[in-house]
Amino acid sequence: MKFIDEYRNAESARKLLDEIARVTTKPWVIMEICGGQTHAIIKNGIDRLLPGKIELVHGPGCPVCVTPLEMIDKALAIASIPDVIFTSFGDMLRVPGSSKDLFMVKSEGADVRIVYSPLEALKIAAANPDKQVVFFGVGFETTAPVTATTILEASRLGLDNFSMLVSHVLVPPAISSLLESPENRVQGFLAAGHVCTVMGWQEYEPLVERYHIPIVVTGFEPVDILEGILMTVRQLEEGRCGIENQYSRVVKREGNTVARDQISKVMRIVDRKWRGIGTIKGSGLALRPEFGRYNAEIIFDIEDVEVEEPPECISGIILQGLKKPYECTAFGTKCTPRSPLGATMVSSEGACAAYYAYARRQDTKL
Amino acid sequence: MCLAVPGKVLEIRDDNGLLMGQVDFAGTVSSACLAYVPEVAVGQYVIVHAGFALSIVDEEEARKTFELLDELSASADE
Repeated sequence: MKFIDEYRNAESARKLLDEIARVTTKPWVIMEICGGQTHAIIKNGIDRLLPGKIELVHGPGCPVCVTPLEMIDKALAIASIPDVIFTSFGDMLRVPGSSKDLFMVKSEGADVRIVYSPLEALKIAAANPDKQVVFFGVGFETTAPVTATTILEASRLGLDNFSMLVSHVLVPPAISSLLESPENRVQGFLAAGHVCTVMGWQEYEPLVERYHIPIVVTGFEPVDILEGILMTVRQLEEGRCGIENQYSRVVKREGNTVARDQISKVMRIVDRKWRGIGTIKGSGLALRPEFGRYNAEIIFDIEDVEVEEPPECISGIILQGLKKPYECTAFGTKCTPRSPLGATMVSSEGACAAYYAYARRQDTKL
Repeated sequence: MCLAVPGKVLEIRDDNGLLMGQVDFAGTVSSACLAYVPEVAVGQYVIVHAGFALSIVDEEEARKTFELLDELSASADE
């Protein structure tokens, strides 16, 4: 498959690994932000093939993982209402709320449907005028324009039986929050390529200035990730810090201006609670008040829900890269993908689920 | 969740006021919204997320990774 297969080539990966080994003289801690990158790193054993001096820590870039428990409970409450068709990306259905998940609500008779795109939810709304159709709008900046355009389309088409439960999150405030922590160990970041496809990297320039840390916009295939690591290590070894773009075939500095305009039209920046981490100032996107008629929290009157996380789960520490999944006493015993205790085991992109899937019970280099 | 996949644009159409297209993902053809890439032409590759094309793949830039790899091989052979 063009633009995929050539970035999974073993010989290319080997050349990059050799070069990384050649330029590395000191120990470095690098964080990949995105859960998709974490998954690719663990699946391909990239962390084990790197020189012993380089440690990869896994960031909070999995929206399924960080969607707060309250939002899941709100989704469950709305999905259980008669005459509601609740639509969602497939990954959200297995995420446990405080007592059940969307699959369980569906098995109890609720009309819960998986859609690949929210535009499909609009079609469902058009075909079912006697039902209320709700879409669960979660995700990072990559997905936010999709939510925005769908709302604008609903408005343009005059669909008054469509609404969204929106819980978008933003990457740069999470990076700031990690770097402000006194426990921070991260010395360089691989920024998430598809988030930057939409947003560009202008927002990362002040982070580089303020924290003197290299950030490399990186793609998702093994060759992309290795090139991103090489670019980060070169900066660290040479004492430089800047923003560089490994994923230049897809990402431009300004991102996608059409998509960004759609976000600004429909959404505004708000404080957002991250599952396992807590509230991060200015780290979320919510619908603007003028789009209140499409806001499922207002329509179904479920704005105030407060829930606590299970105490034995250390997913917050994992999401900040301070511990590895196998350092948790519940990992693989009380907590598995079939019955997850918390955020990072819930989604296949979560660090704990990736370590579980590829049988990583300890830290070993090959 | 930020998964986005490259596919080749086969057809561009106006679907009731929204710019849409048929995109070929290595043999699987599906519909995608092209509103964010209005300049796209048939035959170009786009990166698609949740049914929306987010970017047109820049083939010139795509070669850069392989130019770097060639440089690495050349320096290793010296």
